[in-house]
Amino acid sequence: MGFVMSAQGFDQVISELQKEYRVFAPVCKKGAGRYTDTDVVMYDEITAAPEIDLVHKSDYSFKEFLNPLSETLFFFTEQEVKEADLNKKKVLIFLRSCDMHAVKRLDQIYLANGKEEDWFYRRRRDLVHFALIGCQSTFENCFCVDMKSNQMDDGYLFSVDCINGMYYSDVPENSIKGIFAAACETEQDVSPCFVTENKVHVTIPEDVPFEILKDSLWDEYSTRCIGCGRCNFACPTCTCYTMQDVFYTDNGKVGERRRVGASCMVDGYTNVAGGGQYRRSQGERMRFKVLHKIYDYRKRFGYDMCVGCGRCDDICPEYISYTNIINKVNAACEAAKQGAEEVKNG
Amino acid sequence: MMNAYIPFASEIMEVIRHTEKEYTFRMHFEGDVKPGQFFEVSVPKYGEAPISVSGIGPDYVDLTMRRVGRVTNEVFETYAGQSLLLRGPYGNGFDVDLYAGGETVVVAGGTGVSPVRGVIHALSAMPDAKDKYVIAGFKSPDDMLFREDLKTWAEKLNLILTVDGAPEGYEGNIGLVTQYIADLPLRGPSSAKAVVVGPPPMMRFTIIELQKKGFKDENITVSYERKMCCGLGKCGHCRVNDKYICLDGPVFNYTEGKLMMD
Repeated sequence: MGFVMSAQGFDQVISELQKEYRVFAPVCKKGAGRYTDTDVVMYDEITAAPEIDLVHKSDYSFKEFLNPLSETLFFFTEQEVKEADLNKKKVLIFLRSCDMHAVKRLDQIYLANGKEEDWFYRRRRDLVHFALIGCQSTFENCFCVDMKSNQMDDGYLFSVDCINGMYYSDVPENSIKGIFAAACETEQDVSPCFVTENKVHVTIPEDVPFEILKDSLWDEYSTRCIGCGRCNFACPTCTCYTMQDVFYTDNGKVGERRRVGASCMVDGYTNVAGGGQYRRSQGERMRFKVLHKIYDYRKRFGYDMCVGCGRCDDICPEYISYTNIINKVNAACEAAKQGAEEVKNG
Repeated sequence: MMNAYIPFASEIMEVIRHTEKEYTFRMHFEGDVKPGQFFEVSVPKYGEAPISVSGIGPDYVDLTMRRVGRVTNEVFETYAGQSLLLRGPYGNGFDVDLYAGGETVVVAGGTGVSPVRGVIHALSAMPDAKDKYVIAGFKSPDDMLFREDLKTWAEKLNLILTVDGAPEGYEGNIGLVTQYIADLPLRGPSSAKAVVVGPPPMMRFTIIELQKKGFKDENITVSYERKMCCGLGKCGHCRVNDKYICLDGPVFNYTEGKLMMD
């Protein structure tokens, strides 16, 4: 069942939901973009519906609530290790279909890789519910159709599409139907919009032969990539973190352990004590990242990590196209396969 | 649900000093643990460091640490009469039963001797210890670890102890571990087993020598060192291709290990 609301009705729905949920949504920050006089769309806790940006693709992903850039895990005193507190109120996150597919990837790493669940992720995950933002048309650099993440059929409390000033919601969650019924203009069947065609296309190689890891195609990124890590921080599926202990300058006996977002593109990611380092060049790091997204993760878990949101391409200051890399890798894999067959056939 | 990130306090039972920079901390621990596994050693306010198990007893594990980073520096400063915070053990560890019966060669360099110390102990206690070879290399005579063990091992199995360089007058072997492999008096290298642990270049060239000698890839076991923040398969730092060193390793059969490219 679905509902059609005016802006005022949608406003009313959000303020009703806020009694039970903290609401996180993409918010357009005026003038806070990476270049002079540009905006940035990033996630924040909102106070009212008009703050929600339903028009643009967010520059940074929804993951920041589940996987914060910096999260305090413990406080240390001389004798005690104490877990940091977390607000226990339920959380509602507005996100798009590709992002909902990304949630499965975050869950996979934090809850199902290895024997132990990540305690800190689990306690956040248990609070989180989703509101699906429909996509009426594709954005620049999206390739969700090729990654099969363009559509989401379940897992959300409600969806929202803003079309000509009216808000269309599909509400599978029974417990909140009353809130929508009270605020809507009409009740009718609604399906969230999703795109069936992107401008950008990728072909994911089925198999990546070992020799592709040593291919010269990676070399150009050693000079083009500056190792800033923005692609990782904007990516909805990147989960890496580094432990960081700090202590307070005014009381050296007390401190905390945090985890902070880590990037496999940034210097220091592989450094071991004593000076050892494993991928030194940006080309090697690019290979490590790209093959994880489109091959290594699939080898381990059976489906691709990348969801095709295109945020890495949107955000790269060197205009490196990740989708181009995927297609180059695919071409190299095809060539290697053909070469192998020619050798076999004499 | 248990929070796996919370470390437990473990009493330091004994400290064995090997060199200026390398000590073994004998830590109270009762539980299942294998050689080659590791613990995250935690010093609040300084951080955590993965340290491999270098010895196992009924109520303790040995952790051999080299003073090279923020955490280990702090451990060395504050250990006296205290406890350390640990998490673990993590990783798969060595399966020593693999080496029962048959010729076996362990090649280890520097602190790489720590994770295989338990393996060498097991080899030296086997009835066919005369078929077991250990090539242990250190930077210099001053950098040698486990001096007491080295003496015992020399009596029980075939130990080749070597240093990369030494002051004049040193009477032992001088040279890289790789140069002793060709001359090992093995009866059947094609069925002999090998364990290789050490710095990446040492491992690379050791394996080349073993292959030249006739060793098969499937008979070679390696152990890899990587940065690890969690030991639980979450932080991502130790991943190589589709493998997590902390979960699937650090010990790998070389048929798998050779396809892992950083």
